[in-house]
Amino acid sequence: MEQHHSAKPHIVGYLFSLILTVLAFYVMLYTSMPMSWKITILLVLAVLQLLVQLFYFMHILEGDGAYQVINVVFGIFVAVTIVAGSIWIMLYNTMLE
Amino acid sequence: METTTSTTKGYRPMEYASEEGRLKIFGFWIFLGAEIVLFSTLFATYFVLVNQTAGGPSGKELFEIKIFAMETFLLLTSSFTCGLAVLAMRKQSKRGYFGWMGVTLLLGLGFLILEIEEFAMLVEMNAGPTRSAFLSAFFTLVGTHGIHVTLGIAWVTGVMIQVWKRGFTPVTSRKIFMTGLYWHFLDVVWIFLFSTIYLLGVA
Amino acid sequence: MKDFLFNFKMPEYFFVTGDPLIYGAYVSIVLVSLGILFVLTYYKKWGWLWREWLTTVDHKKIGILYLLAALLMLFRGGVDAILMRIQLTAPSLNFLDADHYNQIFTTHGTIMILFMAMPFLIGLMNIAIPLQIGARDVAFPALNAVSFWMFAAGAMLFNISFVLGGSPDAGWTSYTPLAGNALDPGPGQNYYLLGLQISGIGTLVTGINFLVTILKMRAPGMTLWKMPLFSWSTLITSVIIIFAFPVLTIALALLTLDRIFGFHFFTLAGGGSPMMWANLFWIWGHPEVYIVILPAFGLFSEIFSTFARKKLFGYKAMVFSMLSISALSFIVWVHHFFTMGSGPWVNSIFSITTMLIAIPTGVKVFNWLFTLYKGRIEFTTPMLWALGFIPVFLCGGITGVMLSSAPADYQYHNSYFLIGHFHYVLIGGTVYGCIAGLIYYWPKMFGFIMNERLGKWAFWWFTIGFNMCFIPMYIVGLKGMTRRMYTYPAGLGWESWNLIATIGAFGMGIGFMILVWNMYYSFRKGQRDTTGDPWNGRTLEWMTSSPAAEYNFAIIPKVKGLDAFHLIKKEKAAGVKEEEVELKPIHMPKGEAFPVVMSGFMFIAGFGFVFEWLQIGAIGVLGSIITMIWRSFNDYDRDYYIPVEEVRKTELAAGRRV
Repeated sequence: MEQHHSAKPHIVGYLFSLILTVLAFYVMLYTSMPMSWKITILLVLAVLQLLVQLFYFMHILEGDGAYQVINVVFGIFVAVTIVAGSIWIMLYNTMLE
Repeated sequence: METTTSTTKGYRPMEYASEEGRLKIFGFWIFLGAEIVLFSTLFATYFVLVNQTAGGPSGKELFEIKIFAMETFLLLTSSFTCGLAVLAMRKQSKRGYFGWMGVTLLLGLGFLILEIEEFAMLVEMNAGPTRSAFLSAFFTLVGTHGIHVTLGIAWVTGVMIQVWKRGFTPVTSRKIFMTGLYWHFLDVVWIFLFSTIYLLGVA
Repeated sequence: MKDFLFNFKMPEYFFVTGDPLIYGAYVSIVLVSLGILFVLTYYKKWGWLWREWLTTVDHKKIGILYLLAALLMLFRGGVDAILMRIQLTAPSLNFLDADHYNQIFTTHGTIMILFMAMPFLIGLMNIAIPLQIGARDVAFPALNAVSFWMFAAGAMLFNISFVLGGSPDAGWTSYTPLAGNALDPGPGQNYYLLGLQISGIGTLVTGINFLVTILKMRAPGMTLWKMPLFSWSTLITSVIIIFAFPVLTIALALLTLDRIFGFHFFTLAGGGSPMMWANLFWIWGHPEVYIVILPAFGLFSEIFSTFARKKLFGYKAMVFSMLSISALSFIVWVHHFFTMGSGPWVNSIFSITTMLIAIPTGVKVFNWLFTLYKGRIEFTTPMLWALGFIPVFLCGGITGVMLSSAPADYQYHNSYFLIGHFHYVLIGGTVYGCIAGLIYYWPKMFGFIMNERLGKWAFWWFTIGFNMCFIPMYIVGLKGMTRRMYTYPAGLGWESWNLIATIGAFGMGIGFMILVWNMYYSFRKGQRDTTGDPWNGRTLEWMTSSPAAEYNFAIIPKVKGLDAFHLIKKEKAAGVKEEEVELKPIHMPKGEAFPVVMSGFMFIAGFGFVFEWLQIGAIGVLGSIITMIWRSFNDYDRDYYIPVEEVRKTELAAGRRV
């Protein structure tokens, strides 16, 4: 209940999101890792950012927390299926040129 | 007054006080679930078509780090100030709400102006949406997010007028909370946009 | 600016001409419209229409509106089907030409799936769900009206293509590049895109509405595991709608951008990928198939349990099988285009996921059979449709498993074998479920029971006709007849089968007409339902009077277990005294004008974009946005209370003790 009325989680969340963003820019622009590593790190950072927004800013656990979490998780399941599935089907495992 | 009520058991913020408020906020969360899928479809289309430049320019030639870094900073900060505005609403502080929401709107407008400038520049360079499949997908994905931001600005403004007229009631509080959720969600989408479209595009 | 405002590009033909059928349609449309206007004016019914129907937010009335629309669309789609069957009765007929045939199979498919099956099921959900879970209305009554009117706007837009500008003709799947601007310019395909877009958004809103209703508004004591199966199936369907329909929204938007604004998503010219359309379409399209079958499964479960006078067998297994179907529905879509040229890995994986679906579906069929086992079966008409469903659906399901094998699919693909398969599941599953549900819930909607004798005639005409129509399709499919061919030469061994199929189609048509006649006949002479519980039902919707009062329940019932009303009746019979509960004023939403106004603007917008008159489109979009803003600013004082006295009066009038 404390967090309803304290600015602290917001400030912490903002700091996290700034740090994660700077990290993403740094990794992509100023390092010379192999591309596959970069992409992996980038996606991990983006997911962390997502969690920051959901928990620090959007208070996903308030209200019907459990249903809301299931909703977002299922949404992400479908999203990943669509994105990864489409890329795989259209670009990687196709007999067409 | 802020801390005394929050520690009492069974306390509910005003936006959750009425049955209607609870239903609508929950319904809005579900709507955001649908939005996740909506944007993921656009992402999927973009990734499938990203190399289809039809002899035209690619992302590496078009994206400018300075612009999208600035856009990212504006939107991230606006998400933060929007959170503070909702917090101010919960503290029943009208000044706090209008102040922080005003800042949010300005940041959102700044973001929008940068994006429109970027689009105009691309069109001028003969890199508009009809140039290639890649650019069609790029403009549609980023543009859909941009339209969402535009609608968000209009919605936030409308709710601010209603709060101005009626103060914090269960109905207006619920609306404030929902605009907040929406705004944060747009930030979530942008996180994936700047990471996988822009950063990956220029790297 | 002036160029923009006054630039009305005309298509080659604005009014469709050339065929006597079309002129007949013009005349009948004009006559029917005039007739409706005359009747409304003569009997001074405009105010009544506006207050009671156009601005209603009552889920029961919205349900009736949905069903009315669905029946009209069933008629339209059915006429399309009959026209196609006439053309194919014998080799080398010239009843329809190739273009006309293309348009008719396109509108038949689109209308039957999106404008018939969907609203039919959503209508039944509207009628039954709030009653079944013991709620006063859906979670968002005004949005419910928005859903209906957007569906209505989309359906109307799609249907006027018949007379203005020409119908779409690239199949209900609208595959690019065939559906792209280069090969198919003009308004026809635009009608498809805009009509589906508008009604699709309405459907998405319905999904959210019912999800929230079922999760949050159940009567006290009704935990998820005490919820009737139709509610479960609606809940799961809503989840699928919410996560599948946005994909349709985007796919349609992208093709619209391609066609009207020259984008290159699906056009080879700019590096686009025509196959991406098939990919996106079926990411939505496969879940869509489950959206139209799961509610039917729910209805059958209710009907089997009611008329076998038994608790449903394997309740939890039923729910889990539906949950797994809903998850699987999102990972099988490639089986619609195995022949597109995907590699062996893609085809293998999607073959396996497709075959997996047979498992939960099989579980369900066995559970229904075990529900019947040792039950005291009553052969009412709804039960007859439900019993008919099992063997028919089984045929459809098993041929589905045959199709799911990718290498075999290279043989079956796009043949009449496929047509046979999906009509066996969609008619055998969805249409049987819709009709069974319609007859089952008919007394709840209108207060009288449909005539049983006529009902059985309709069932047998339809069922025999259906099998006569579609078994031959399996056979001609295996003999090499491909779908969407408008005529065929003699000597391929297809003639007699096609003739039988056409006769069967007419049999189904007669069945449908008997059903419609039965509605009128029973309205005049049918048995009235004075108890509210004509079938000796087991769930809460039968606890209300027929038709239910606008507030549904004067006192919200307390639920003690599955089949809550059955338990209440049992307690009553055992002499357990009812708790005395005092009536309280009932909180209700007021009627709303904005759904119908906003949808009107959407219709205008859609019409503008169809003819690529962007200024009209802009006016429509602007109008609907302004309506929304207006509604947001008037979002206060949208409810009222029905006083206790009035509730008491209504209950007494329905013959109920309060």
